[in-house]
Amino acid sequence: MKRTKRAILYLILAIGAAIMVLPFVWMLLSSFKTAAEVNTTPPTVFPANPTFENYRYAFEKAPFARYFLNSVIVTVACVGFTMFTTILAAFAFSRLKFPGRDILFSALLSMMMIPFEMLIITNYQTIVSWKLVDNLWALILPFTSSIFYTYILRNFFLSIPDSLYYSARVDGASNWRYLWRIMVPIAKPALVTIGLLNAITCWNAFLWTVLVTNNPESRTLPFGLYAFMTSSGIRYERLMAAATIVVLPMIVLFICFRKQIVTGVSRGGLKG
Amino acid sequence: MKRSSRQPRLNDERATARTFLEPAAFLAPFMIGLILFTLYPFINVFLISFKEGYKVLSGEFTSFGFQNYETVINDPNFLNGLKNTGLYVVLVVPIATELSLLIATLLNNDIRLKGFFQTCYFLPMVTSITAIGLVWKWLFNFDYGLINYFLSMFGIDPINWLNNPAYNLAALVIYGVWSMIPFTTILLLAGFQNVNPQYYTAARADGAKGGRIFFRITLPLLAPTIGLTLIVNMISASKVFSELFPLFNGQPGSAYSLYTVVYYLYDAFFVKWKLGRAAASAVILFAIVLVLTMIQLFVQRKWKNY
Repeated sequence: MKRTKRAILYLILAIGAAIMVLPFVWMLLSSFKTAAEVNTTPPTVFPANPTFENYRYAFEKAPFARYFLNSVIVTVACVGFTMFTTILAAFAFSRLKFPGRDILFSALLSMMMIPFEMLIITNYQTIVSWKLVDNLWALILPFTSSIFYTYILRNFFLSIPDSLYYSARVDGASNWRYLWRIMVPIAKPALVTIGLLNAITCWNAFLWTVLVTNNPESRTLPFGLYAFMTSSGIRYERLMAAATIVVLPMIVLFICFRKQIVTGVSRGGLKG
Repeated sequence: MKRSSRQPRLNDERATARTFLEPAAFLAPFMIGLILFTLYPFINVFLISFKEGYKVLSGEFTSFGFQNYETVINDPNFLNGLKNTGLYVVLVVPIATELSLLIATLLNNDIRLKGFFQTCYFLPMVTSITAIGLVWKWLFNFDYGLINYFLSMFGIDPINWLNNPAYNLAALVIYGVWSMIPFTTILLLAGFQNVNPQYYTAARADGAKGGRIFFRITLPLLAPTIGLTLIVNMISASKVFSELFPLFNGQPGSAYSLYTVVYYLYDAFFVKWKLGRAAASAVILFAIVLVLTMIQLFVQRKWKNY
C-alpha cells in the first residue's frame, strides 16, 4: 500500500516535470535537425542526421556573436553598478543615523510598486536627449538603482550585530572601510543572491531594448532573436538554434546556483 | 582632541550639517539613478497624460485637460485590452496557483532526486520570455506543432491556436500558466517550511488521514502565503506584454484581437506616437497596480497574526 502510494507520487512528479521541460528539450533537439526533418508528421524525437548547420547559419546571417557580447557587457555592467549603489544605500539605511532616514526609506518602499512600463515614455525622451539611442549605456543607466535589492540587503545588514560596528569604529576604522572590509564580506551570500537575480533580469530584458536600439550592432540577445525571426522568416530549426544561444547561459547559471537563486526568489520574488 | 571627531555618532546627538553629509555621500549614487529614471518619469507621465497633441522631441502641446483620458477610455482597442488583461489575470493566476500548490505539496515530501525535480520545475523562471515564446510558437503550430500532434493521438482535430482569434487567448493562457508555475511553487514551498511539523504529528496521533490533514491543517496555515502569491501574480499578470511578441510576430494576437493594457501603451507610444494617450493608459495601469497593492497590504496585515 505504502509502496504504490510512493510510486504514484513519483509518477505524477515525473509527468509534471516532463511537461515543464518539454519546451527546452524540444528546442535543443530540434536545433540539430534539418529543415526537412522539422516538418515531418509524425515528428521525430531525436535528429536523424544531427547537424550544426543551424547554429552556423545563425552566427553567419545574423550577428549573434555581437548580440552575445552586448548581452554580456550590459549584464555585467548592470550588475556591477547596481551592486555598488545597493551596497552604499543599504549601508546608509541600516547603519548611518540621520534625521528622516526611516521616512525616506518607507517612501522608497512605496515607490517599489511603480510599474516600469509606466516610465518608458519619459525615460525614452531622456535617452534621446542624451543622444544615447543605439548606445549600450542606454541599456545600463536606467537600471543602476534598485529599491528592491536595497531593501533585501538593508535587512541583511541590520542582522549584523551593532557591537561589531562600534568596536571597529573605536579602532579608528572609517565608515567606508568598515563597510568594505567587514560588512560586505559578511553579506556575501546575500550579495551573490541579489547579483544572480539581477543578472537574470538584465539578460532577459526585452521591452526597453526594443525602444532604444535600432541598429543591430547595439542589440542584446532577446531583441536580436526577435529581429532574426522577423527578418529571416519562420524556419523553426534555425529559430530553435538561435533560441538555444539565448537560453543556454541562464540554464547553466541556474543549474550551478540553483540553491542561491531559489532562496533569493523565496525571500521576496523576482521583481520585473 | 583629534580622536573625538572619530567617535561613533549616536542617536541623541544634535543634527548638524555634518550629520547629513556622510549619509548623503553614501546615498548619492543610488538616489541620482532613482530620481532620474524613476521619480522624475513617474511625475512626468501624469503631466503628459493631461497634454493634448504632445510632441516627443520638442515637448510642445496644444491644450491641457482630460482629453487623453476621454479618448483612451472610449477607444475600443483599450477596452479590448482591459477585457483581455482581466480575462488573462482571472484565468492564469488561479490555474497556476492550483497547479503550483499540487507541485509544492508533492515536492515537500521526502523524495529522492529532489534537486533534479526542482531544476525541472523551476527552469522556466530564469529563461527569456521571448526565446521560450518562440519555442511555444512552434509547439502551437497548426500543421507541425507538438500540441496538435498530441491532441490528434486522442482523436481531437487540430486547433489553429495562433491564427484563429478564438484560440489566441487560450494559447496565451497556457504559455502564461507554464511560465508562472516556478515562481509560485517556490513561494508556496517556502510557506510549507513555516508550518510547524508538530501539527502533523499531533494530527496523525489523532488518526487523521492525508486528505483531511491537507484541508484542515496545511491549507489554513498556508493561507497567508497563498494570498500573497495570488496578489503578486495578479500584479505581474496585469502587465502581460512581452509574451505577445514571439507568439504573434509583435502583433496583439491575430487580427488585432488580443490587445492588453501594456500592449496598448506600447502601441500608442512607440507605433502611433500619441504620447498623451500612452501616458493616460500608463496612469490607468498604475491605478490598477495601486489597487492590487492596497489589497496585498491589507491581506498581509490581516493575516500577520495567523
